[in-house]
Amino acid sequence: MNDRQKLMWRISMAGFAIDDVKLFLNTHPCDKAALEFYEKFRDTKKQLEKEYTAQYGPLRADAVPVSDRWTWADNPWPWEWEA
Amino acid sequence: MWTYDRRLQFPVKIACPNANTAKIIITQFGGPDGELAASQRYLSQRYSMPFREVAGVLTDIGTEELAHMEMICAIVHQLTRNLSIEQIKDAGFDTYFVDHTAGLWPQAASGTPFSATVFQSKGDAITDLTEDMAAEQKARTTYDNILRLVDDPDVREPIKFLRAREIVHFQRFGEAMRIVTDKLDSKNVYAFNPEFDRMKTSD
Repeated sequence: MNDRQKLMWRISMAGFAIDDVKLFLNTHPCDKAALEFYEKFRDTKKQLEKEYTAQYGPLRADAVPVSDRWTWADNPWPWEWEA
Repeated sequence: MWTYDRRLQFPVKIACPNANTAKIIITQFGGPDGELAASQRYLSQRYSMPFREVAGVLTDIGTEELAHMEMICAIVHQLTRNLSIEQIKDAGFDTYFVDHTAGLWPQAASGTPFSATVFQSKGDAITDLTEDMAAEQKARTTYDNILRLVDDPDVREPIKFLRAREIVHFQRFGEAMRIVTDKLDSKNVYAFNPEFDRMKTSD
């Protein structure tokens, strides 16, 4: 695993924590520990995505930097073996 | 609306293409208990769901199923890259190849095309949630069967992740069912359909 893939793996972990706790909170909206867990991983993910975007390119179209060309499709798509 | 995240929910990186395995895995794209059916089931059912927290469960699980469909398609795509015509013939992948080459098309492992008849959107909260719980178990069984058939760890790891999600979704739908029955007549939860009769009585 190269450095980019390692950073993506950390984003996946934080993203998964959020996916899972979000579902839990839908049926347990007052669970304090789950709310705190959500907040913690949301902030972690935001930070990691910022790092990734700066080094390797945008993960969402609204993070494409404004320059002289559109870079959204420059890197491998997530389903590619090269990703 | 939806916004695309340029990443898979769980990484897929398959070193050894294998058309035999692709023929099996594709069933979780377009088969009867696959991820396309799952996403359309939940995202269709949510509109008439009268309890907002349950509509939230349907929206978020339906959205996650779209991400699962993408993982399944990534697995099939990577299993079918760089195949020779000999490998395609030897694996019996030629019957798919002739119509789709190595493109992704939603079908069951048997070759049956995807059909909306594999799921329901019944407009009745108890009926739909009962179907949803069954759907999660049917998908879990399919993933168990895939794990019985496939040895490659590069394929098994994302499949094990997907299997675990079916169990979590089953749990959440069970809780959604409890939320619905708690809001109905405890002596007879079938006394009226909250997605239809409540509107009639409020006229």
